[in-house]
Amino acid sequence: MTSSRLSTGGRIDRSTVLKMTFDGRSIVGHPGDTLASALLANDENVIARSFKYHRARGIYTAGVEEPNALVQLRYGARTEPNTPATTVMAYEGLEAFGQNAWPNVRLDVGVVNQLLSPFMSAGFYYKTFVGPFKGTGFWMLCEKIIRQAAGMGRGVTLDDPDTYEKVNAFCDVLVIGSGPAGLSAALAAGRAGAKVILVEQDSTLGGSLLSAPVGGDGDAWLDKMKAELTAMDNVQILTRSTVFGAYEQNVYGVIERVWDHVLAPPAHQPRQRYWQIRTKQAVMATGAIERNMVFGGNDKPGVMLASAARTYVNRFAVLPGRRVVVATNNDSAYAAALDLANAGSSVTLVDARTQVPEKLLDSLKASGVKVLLGHGVLTAKGRGGVSAATVTTISPDGRATGTARHIPCDLLAVSGGWSPVVHLWSQRGNKPVFNSAKACFVPVNSAIETMKCAGASMAADGSVVAVAQGFSAGATAAIDVKAKNSSGDAPIAPKVSHGDDWGRDLLSINTITDDNGKTRGKAFIDLQHDIKQSDIDLAYREGYVSVEHLKRYTTTGMATDQGKLSNFNALSQMAMLQGVPISDVGTTVFRPPYTPIALGAIVGREHGTHFRPTRLTPLHDWHVNNGAIVSEAGAWMRPQYYPERGEGLREAYIREASHVRKHVGMIDVSTLGKIAVQGPDSAEFLNRVYVNGWKMLPVGRLRYGVMLREDGIVMDDGATARLGEHDYFMSTTTANAAKVLALGEHLLQTAWKDLKVHLTTITDQWAVIAVAGPKSRDLLGAVSSGADLSRDALPNNHFVHGEIAGVTVRIHRMSYSGELAYEVYIPSGFGHHVWDALISAGVPYNLCPYGTEAMGALRIEKGHVAGPELDGRTTMKDLGLEGLASGKKPFVGSVLRNRPVLIHQSRPCLVGLEIEGDQGAQAGSLLYLDTGPTEGHGEGWVSSATYSPALGKNIALSLLQNGPERLGETIRVVNFVGGTRQRAKVVSPHFFDPSGVRQND
Amino acid sequence: MLRIKCPICGLRDETEFTYGADAIVRRPDMDETNPQDWLNYVFYRDDPKGPHKEYWHHVQGCRQWLVLERNTLSHEIGACRLAREVPK
Amino acid sequence: MSNYSAFSIFRHALSGNKNWSRAWRDPDPKPSYDVLIVGGGGHGLATAYYLAKEHDIRNVAVIEKGWLGGGNTGRNTTIVRSNYMMPGNTMFYERSMKLWENLSQDLNFNVMLSQRGQYNLCHSPGQMDAARRRGNVMRANGIDAELFDRDEVRRRLPYLDYSDNCRFPVHGAIFQSRAGTARHDAVAWGYARAADKQGVDIIQQCEVVGYLWEDGKIIGVETTKGPIRAGKVGLAVAGHTGHLASKAGLRLPIETHALQAFVSEPLKPLIDTVISFGAAHFYISQSDKGGLVMGGDLEGYNSYAQLGGLPIVEHALGSAKALIPSLSRLRLLRQWAGVMDMSMDGSPIIAKTPVEGLYLNGGWCYGGFKATPASGWCFAWTIAKDEPHEDNCEFTLNRFEHGYQIDEKGMGPQPNAH
Repeated sequence: MTSSRLSTGGRIDRSTVLKMTFDGRSIVGHPGDTLASALLANDENVIARSFKYHRARGIYTAGVEEPNALVQLRYGARTEPNTPATTVMAYEGLEAFGQNAWPNVRLDVGVVNQLLSPFMSAGFYYKTFVGPFKGTGFWMLCEKIIRQAAGMGRGVTLDDPDTYEKVNAFCDVLVIGSGPAGLSAALAAGRAGAKVILVEQDSTLGGSLLSAPVGGDGDAWLDKMKAELTAMDNVQILTRSTVFGAYEQNVYGVIERVWDHVLAPPAHQPRQRYWQIRTKQAVMATGAIERNMVFGGNDKPGVMLASAARTYVNRFAVLPGRRVVVATNNDSAYAAALDLANAGSSVTLVDARTQVPEKLLDSLKASGVKVLLGHGVLTAKGRGGVSAATVTTISPDGRATGTARHIPCDLLAVSGGWSPVVHLWSQRGNKPVFNSAKACFVPVNSAIETMKCAGASMAADGSVVAVAQGFSAGATAAIDVKAKNSSGDAPIAPKVSHGDDWGRDLLSINTITDDNGKTRGKAFIDLQHDIKQSDIDLAYREGYVSVEHLKRYTTTGMATDQGKLSNFNALSQMAMLQGVPISDVGTTVFRPPYTPIALGAIVGREHGTHFRPTRLTPLHDWHVNNGAIVSEAGAWMRPQYYPERGEGLREAYIREASHVRKHVGMIDVSTLGKIAVQGPDSAEFLNRVYVNGWKMLPVGRLRYGVMLREDGIVMDDGATARLGEHDYFMSTTTANAAKVLALGEHLLQTAWKDLKVHLTTITDQWAVIAVAGPKSRDLLGAVSSGADLSRDALPNNHFVHGEIAGVTVRIHRMSYSGELAYEVYIPSGFGHHVWDALISAGVPYNLCPYGTEAMGALRIEKGHVAGPELDGRTTMKDLGLEGLASGKKPFVGSVLRNRPVLIHQSRPCLVGLEIEGDQGAQAGSLLYLDTGPTEGHGEGWVSSATYSPALGKNIALSLLQNGPERLGETIRVVNFVGGTRQRAKVVSPHFFDPSGVRQND
Repeated sequence: MLRIKCPICGLRDETEFTYGADAIVRRPDMDETNPQDWLNYVFYRDDPKGPHKEYWHHVQGCRQWLVLERNTLSHEIGACRLAREVPK
Repeated sequence: MSNYSAFSIFRHALSGNKNWSRAWRDPDPKPSYDVLIVGGGGHGLATAYYLAKEHDIRNVAVIEKGWLGGGNTGRNTTIVRSNYMMPGNTMFYERSMKLWENLSQDLNFNVMLSQRGQYNLCHSPGQMDAARRRGNVMRANGIDAELFDRDEVRRRLPYLDYSDNCRFPVHGAIFQSRAGTARHDAVAWGYARAADKQGVDIIQQCEVVGYLWEDGKIIGVETTKGPIRAGKVGLAVAGHTGHLASKAGLRLPIETHALQAFVSEPLKPLIDTVISFGAAHFYISQSDKGGLVMGGDLEGYNSYAQLGGLPIVEHALGSAKALIPSLSRLRLLRQWAGVMDMSMDGSPIIAKTPVEGLYLNGGWCYGGFKATPASGWCFAWTIAKDEPHEDNCEFTLNRFEHGYQIDEKGMGPQPNAH
């Protein structure tokens, strides 16, 4: 094939020359070119290699359906494999590379695979590679080689330097596609006053009109439409934007390629923008995609869709061939033949039909096109590219009836009919129906009330009908959204060349065979995946006849083009083999995205630290500024420890925990969930959600409570204070705050509607500082005023208001550490201020902040349960909390907690372990009898472990079968994955100060 | 994406809500002690293919629990009411 | 029917691949069978295969309303693993793994089990502790498991995000080296072909519309191809279990939810293992064809529609980029959805039902694919012997009444949380 840039014409800007490279070779193009048109203009014919056989492939189409010309675009961190050259706009400095080939696409040694093609028929890998031995070893050896050969382009492991953003948009009418139908729809809806968004995947509006010769009636029509549309404030136009998915309730996903058509996006500009469009109505005017025909060598460089050849001539002023054979079964290719001839090619048109209107023939004859009716192309000949077409007379079912003859050519332009782009309509769960006259699947326009289909996507009879359909769809959509104005009269359709009604008198054959019904040579259905007609035949023979089996067994339609070109030919072959109409075969399911979309675009800015929101307490800055190591606790960041002088975690938490027991420490516990429970029935509400009783709790007191799930498993624990007659302040664990609130609201709004209670989350309204240690009363007494903190005035589980550094605070006396301890509740905005005041006042008391790790050590010493014990599977009995449950009243979970397995004697229950030796135990270790095998699930497991500074021992909490009856027993603690086996003594979980002398001091 | 017409806040994206459960199952009265009633409430579902009444929580809005009618096969959405206004 | 081998491929290639025979027959239903399995997915076909092979019950039919493997067998993320912690689950999934390891030979069909290992990442000390417990249970039961710290994970998976910009830094991972992926469709086809060879009738395009009853017992099914009598009827219709059980008057601890999966454009090898994110429900592997296969969270609401929405697309792709930032420019090729039986504790049911003549296999949640061989094996046992095998004895229908919840995640009776 020799092709070149025409000296005139085209929708390109010849005043600017763009320098680009392909596989290191220079090519030049102009603004308006695609990479594909520039490659053709620079006589680059072999662009890619196919998936399986590594056959040389050129440019087959001019659009998103391109199966062949995939390139690795750009390099380094910006590289994008598998990019269709037909969808890349030319830009200065563009660098593209061939892929899936070694050493390069021109000379690919992988081509030897073709010799093996008889052994690589559909599904061959299911039948072999199993190997002579048991197990998966042999297959995995083969797989390694297969995987290297598979894949297409190369991904990178470098971070994406570009940014993406997301837009939420709302409109009345979304118009998808800007060909004659789409523009007319947008016009009708826009004139009516509806808020319209018009989306076009191409770089400019016009759709099929852009493929017509420059200066025709279509151009004038397009200019007029554009002028009227752009003048309307209520019409927004998005080009270079693809509607990739249609989702329920009229939500559409769109990717706008904002700065993909340049070397790199300008500073602070996104590469792509993800639009989530919520509309009331949509008009699908997505056009149709031409199909190829199936014959031997139909994949060679130089074979191209007829419509694509016409697009290259007219839109890009590139002559894709000088000697051209056009093969068709319908009218549409006549325009291509005519335009190619007018551009200087010598053209032979081979039409499978025997009857064609004189008008069509006359126009071709006038331009010197030879026409062969009742003929078909049996094979494309040539090495590396097409050098001749073997043409023969054929019967109406596509079988050769005469002797074949060679027609030399460097371009074989084919049209096997058209497939409407029904994807978006079908993605909503609809099956398209078969239109046998036009041999294509079309949408059922009434299936989705809020989506109207128009134009070629409905297989409209040419532009005149497309304009009428589009206008009517737009006008009706506007009425449906109650737009105020009239849409006026429909525009007069542009006069376009012959053959825009491709469905007229189409002869529905797609495969040209010899007189035995066999294709000659390799005849491809799915070009990218190298699925031949014989593969479809084999699938049929083996019983893989359902379309889904066909697809999955042969992999036809599963390549990056998702079968836009090939699906119909695969289906029609299967229909032929089964002897049923194609409508009985049906289509596979259309799934989003319509064309592949970059992950990063959907993610937008929600990556890195912004992947999920981060919750920070009001004291967070202090922790960071004072050297705390912070760690994740769900969405929160919490100080884990405050290392001093190069301490590690272990040294730091041991120091901090000992300090609390000796002096006084303080920890930020603002992350605790806090819920205001208010209203006259609050006590009754608490009585129902907590296992223990709440009716007698006086104002000024607080109480620890435990909540169960509806199924009787422990859900959460925490303290609730009674602030006033009808006003309670509930705290939950950090992890369960949202769950507890949602459950409470659910019960109050669905089952307990008679209770007058309102719940409000106030987690973020309060900073909370726990002050713990023997000197905590002294410190707080010194720093606060207005509160009597004396032992008698403020015993455990009481609270009092006071003032610290000018801020009114609430001081709860309660202990988690087992020391004399308080929780200071401070309005969030003053949290930092009060913390600072405590730090300053704490100097004489040797105050030290401590982190979650030390807190964990302190609570384990006390045998308090936390997250690891409340794992969603444990009961109150398991955790030794059974005594809390009231027997006098029902509560959430009170019936189901008594199911037999949940109260069974042998359940693992909470005990303490004292680990023998110097080494601590690891949480997650399993427990076994001291003597006996260490296999199976064991007698229990270690839930939490720490070194106890107070005891000078390594201790752990664990759940052990019959635990409370086994105190004193020695058991085995096995950490298989850590390779350690230890012995431990079973003890009470209340390791330290079991009678609570210290906290009640 | 589902869009739900909250009676208080108006039409909002699914992402503002969390799904609760089947709204047909009725929570037994607090003093019900028959385990079977509680099992039916907590564990067993009709799981219909078609029209379904279900609880949604407008968790990032008014925090009301809603009873939504929705078809589990077509995802078509029907009436949406405040749970507290739906009779037991 | 020809045996598959390298030699048969060679021989058939020489004759132009013209002489391959059907992989399975396409019979009309007989009026009556000893056992009728409803559901021609992996589980149903495997059940039929093991009924014939292990129990010599060959007068068996599998009926399928659509095409074989068209349910969740054909729309999952193909992961195979046996890393379960709860008694009742652990040995069942290990039985499955052992069957998997020789399945290609057993079926004479390459199901392409690739034991490339699976990492469950941990992002907090608490997750590391939970992973340690799981790993220990596995090891104590003879299943391979290793616990890696951050440095070891980094050495093995250098492309994860280890930067300061990472929202949920990797603390470590639990790894099962025998885990991996298999070719999902091949599992259905392989079982179908092998069952057919044993004499099982596989009947596609045949939908059950009701049951045949006699004296309160189920004695067959009414189908779109007419009534078919059967001594025993087994349901293996995950995603539609509730629907078909309700026709038999059963209310189940199951809800049906939609789950999406995603595949990217094909790339040369990039990820040679299976990785599960610990900070969000997300997992990723690379298929032999080169596409990155990704799975995410449930839609969250009951659904029988095989459709997915944008919020979960955003969730899954967001997780992908959070886990491996360099995937940003990679393109998504296809998203799809399947409908899952989500049970109330996240674990399945393989049991006789209270309705005589009816046996149930369902409630697989996300876990059905990896369970396929053991599910079929144990269901066949249960049907043949009228009692469960040791490995499925806890997968009862009435375990919730006893309080025996097999809750791996500890999420409680909330189907969309498992």
